Parts: sequence; C-alpha cells; structure tokens
Amino acid sequence: MSITALLFWGLSALALFSAIMVVASKNPVNSILYLIVVFFAITGHYILLNAQFLAIVNVIVYAGAIMVLFLFVVMLMNLNAESEPKKHRMLQFAGLISGGCLFLVLVSALSETAQASNMVQMGGGNSGLVQNLGMALFKNYVLPFEISSVLFLSAMIGAVVIGKKEG
Amino acid sequence: MEIKWYIGLAVALFCTGIVGVLTRRNSIIIFMCIELMLNSVNLLLVAFSKMHAASALVQSNPNVVSDAQIFVFFIMVVAAAEVSVGLAIIVMLYRNTHSVDVNFLNRLKN
Repeated sequence: MSITALLFWGLSALALFSAIMVVASKNPVNSILYLIVVFFAITGHYILLNAQFLAIVNVIVYAGAIMVLFLFVVMLMNLNAESEPKKHRMLQFAGLISGGCLFLVLVSALSETAQASNMVQMGGGNSGLVQNLGMALFKNYVLPFEISSVLFLSAMIGAVVIGKKEG
Repeated sequence: MEIKWYIGLAVALFCTGIVGVLTRRNSIIIFMCIELMLNSVNLLLVAFSKMHAASALVQSNPNVVSDAQIFVFFIMVVAAAEVSVGLAIIVMLYRNTHSVDVNFLNRLKN
C-alpha cells in the first residue's frame, strides 16, 4: 500500500471511531473532545486532497472556534455524567436501526453506479490552493461573500438579543 | 483512491450523526451531531471537486473544480453563524428551565 492509501485508511478509521465515541459517550465533555478529533481527521483528509485553504479554515473555524464555544457552554452549565438523561432502550435501538438502514441504502445506491470507480486526484493539483480559490471567490462569488458578512452581523445581533436578561 | 471509498466514509459519518440526533436527549450533543453531519458533507464535496479535477470535465467548464470548494467555504460560514445563534437559544432555555433535556420541552404542548 502506498503512503497515501495508508494515510487515507488510517484517517478514516480515526474519524469513524471518534464519531462513534461522540454519540456513545456519557460525559458531554468527552463527546466534545472526540468531535475535535473528528475535525482534525477530516482536516487530514483535506490535506491529502491538497485542499490547503479548506484544511486551515477547518482547523481555525471548526476545531478552534466552534468547539471552544461548545466547551464554554458545557462548562458554564456544569454538565457531568450522572445527571445525563437517557432515552428508553427500545427508542435507542430504533434510532440505531434507522441510521443503519439509511447507511445501507445510501452506500448500496451510490457505490454501484458507473462513475463510482472514478479516481480522485490526491496529493497534487493546484485547484485547492489559496490563490486559485481566492480568484474564483472574488471573481465569481463576490455577492455571496458580501452577503455572508451581513449574515454574520445578523447572527451576532440575534445571539445578543436572545441572551439578554429581561428588565 | 476511488470516489466510492470517499462516498462510503462520508455516508458513514453522516449516518453516525443521524443516529446521534435520534438517540440522545441532551440538546448540546444533538447540536454537535448536526455539526458532524455538516462536516461529512463538506468532505464529500471536496472529494467530488478533486474527482472532477482528475477527469476530463475540466476542459468544458474550468470553474467546476473550485465551485465545490467555495461551496464548502460558505457551508462553514453558515455553520459558524448557526452555532452562535443555536447556543444562545440553548443557554436561554437552560436559564429558564435549568435543564438541557429535549423531552423537557414537550411541556410547551399543553
């Protein structure tokens, strides 16, 4: 196996194991830490595909900002493992069966198509570099870029308005 | 590495997120599983952009490779905004009811 294939399978196994532990952990802080491991594994996949800009943005935005925000909220609420509410055992089993059925349906439908054996350009290519993505973003997608700044402004104002104490 | 392995990995992560949303009662864990689903879709979009880069489609439309990666960028933008507003809502709910249990919110029914 080449080093690329070895890295692919290693990162995939790490991402899947950490995702299952996110769902299965009793302590919410453990779930957050496993989700950070998932984000780092997905960043590794981006680097394998040479999507450099997205890899760095993934680390900074998702693992660096969003997960820290989650940690703040969980620490403020002082959640621990004993006070964790659990669903009825049959409902948990039904949820697992539903997710498993969806997985089987999607995988069987998507992996038997004619294009399923198309090769992915890994390790090289200059489409994911910052320069090329920046040119595409500011030439073709300037309007969504500016509107996303308005979106952030509205999200900030909304979060502050929701969080105010009455009176 | 063929595209079907990337499809399998992304679908497995997505279905793990769905099982998490269906199985857990803690609203913060449910929110985190939604972020997991968004990330699996991001990975699949980047893999598809690289698949088109390796194939002959690039000659007819040279934008097709960077379009998907810019879409991923905007998905991350929207996810960041959604997380801030969603966590503000969860904190307000906790302040009023002192619980993050989603079954607790069924009390709004009556």
